[in-house]
Amino acid sequence: MVISTEEIWGYLEEVFDPEVPVLTVVDLGVVRKVELDGDACKVTITPTYSGCPAMKRIEDDIVEKLKEKGIENVTVDLVLAPAWTTDWLSENGKRKLKEYGIAPPENEPDKSVLFAEPIVVPCPKCDSKDTRLVSQFGSTACKAHYQCNDCLEPFDYFKCLR
Amino acid sequence: MENALFEYLLRLGDDSLILGHRLSEWCGHGPILEEDIALTNLSLDLIGQATAIFEYAGKVEGKGRSEDDLAFLRFDKDYRNLLLVERPNGDFGVTIMRQFLFDAYRKPLFERLVNSSDEMIAAIAAKSLKETKYHLKHSSEWVIRLGDGTEESHNRMQDALNDLWKYAAELFYEDEVDATLKASGVLPDMDSLKSEWEQTVTAVLEEATLKIPENNWKQEGGRKGLHTEHLGYILAELQYMQRAYPNMEW
Ligand SMILES: [Zn+2]
Repeated sequence: MVISTEEIWGYLEEVFDPEVPVLTVVDLGVVRKVELDGDACKVTITPTYSGCPAMKRIEDDIVEKLKEKGIENVTVDLVLAPAWTTDWLSENGKRKLKEYGIAPPENEPDKSVLFAEPIVVPCPKCDSKDTRLVSQFGSTACKAHYQCNDCLEPFDYFKCLR
Repeated sequence: MENALFEYLLRLGDDSLILGHRLSEWCGHGPILEEDIALTNLSLDLIGQATAIFEYAGKVEGKGRSEDDLAFLRFDKDYRNLLLVERPNGDFGVTIMRQFLFDAYRKPLFERLVNSSDEMIAAIAAKSLKETKYHLKHSSEWVIRLGDGTEESHNRMQDALNDLWKYAAELFYEDEVDATLKASGVLPDMDSLKSEWEQTVTAVLEEATLKIPENNWKQEGGRKGLHTEHLGYILAELQYMQRAYPNMEW
């Protein structure tokens, strides 16, 4: 069986993030490289956050998915550099996040600016810009917790990491 | 100096591990749900950083020790963390003040380590820096909110600062390990690190209406493996499973 890296990228579109199950690992931007050497396939991924517990699961899911597609010889390499950034989230991924009820990352100024003006995160349900930050740290490392002042919906915000 | 790199990695990794463990003690005990989640998120970032640092330290050492071996199977004198990070959690104010003094140092430290001649240290620093910016924002906002809050919260924050201040000088401890690594460019120019920390600390404490203690007594020892009694209790809990059931995995 001759297989191309394009086909493998296609298969990876069927591997979902265990914590945000509407996003594929490709949408999330954690897959950095796919290489083929004969029948050996190497997939290079990068963690979102240092302590993200989902990374091990993502590794296993990639191996399992490719096995299911008949590719037996798979290694998954975890690299730290260059460091993941939310700029690598695909446009498709951002749209899917919003539909799922998670506000996608806004273009934020550098976090190191103390006393900076808070950013506006529109409500993913009613699009109101009148929302408030409840906590900078949400249900997972990559999310902050917000609430809409108009429709009162509490929602997660996929925070900007650069 | 031989093994300077390994030694430095332990210092860096142990700060992350021990503070990460301390913060994990808040799990289920936070003053409000949001902060319970925030403190454990910080813990997760720090333990994740420790994992990457120890994995690399094991390779540098070349004796086949894994990140878990380094985290769980050393004796107290082999840990190189700052005394500051092993201080007990105290109340929420103490935890936040400890975190703030540490974050204000870690952010400019990682900003410098990004330029390390050692590619792995540069990569770990680049990754950790992004997280540390959030940590510093979180801790400094709380220091201001509580310091410039009620009389009760103000007094508690001032007490916390008075107690922790003597451990802050150790943040800038340097010895032959640093000298060796500076010579090889693994540690880039650190000259302005302390003044940057002082600027951040002064600005935030001023905004928080808190006074920097005049007592300049300094307590150090952690970088050389001389710890307070608190580390023993941390290790008893941290290492329990590996000591009771050697080589266990799940
Ligand atoms: Zn709304």
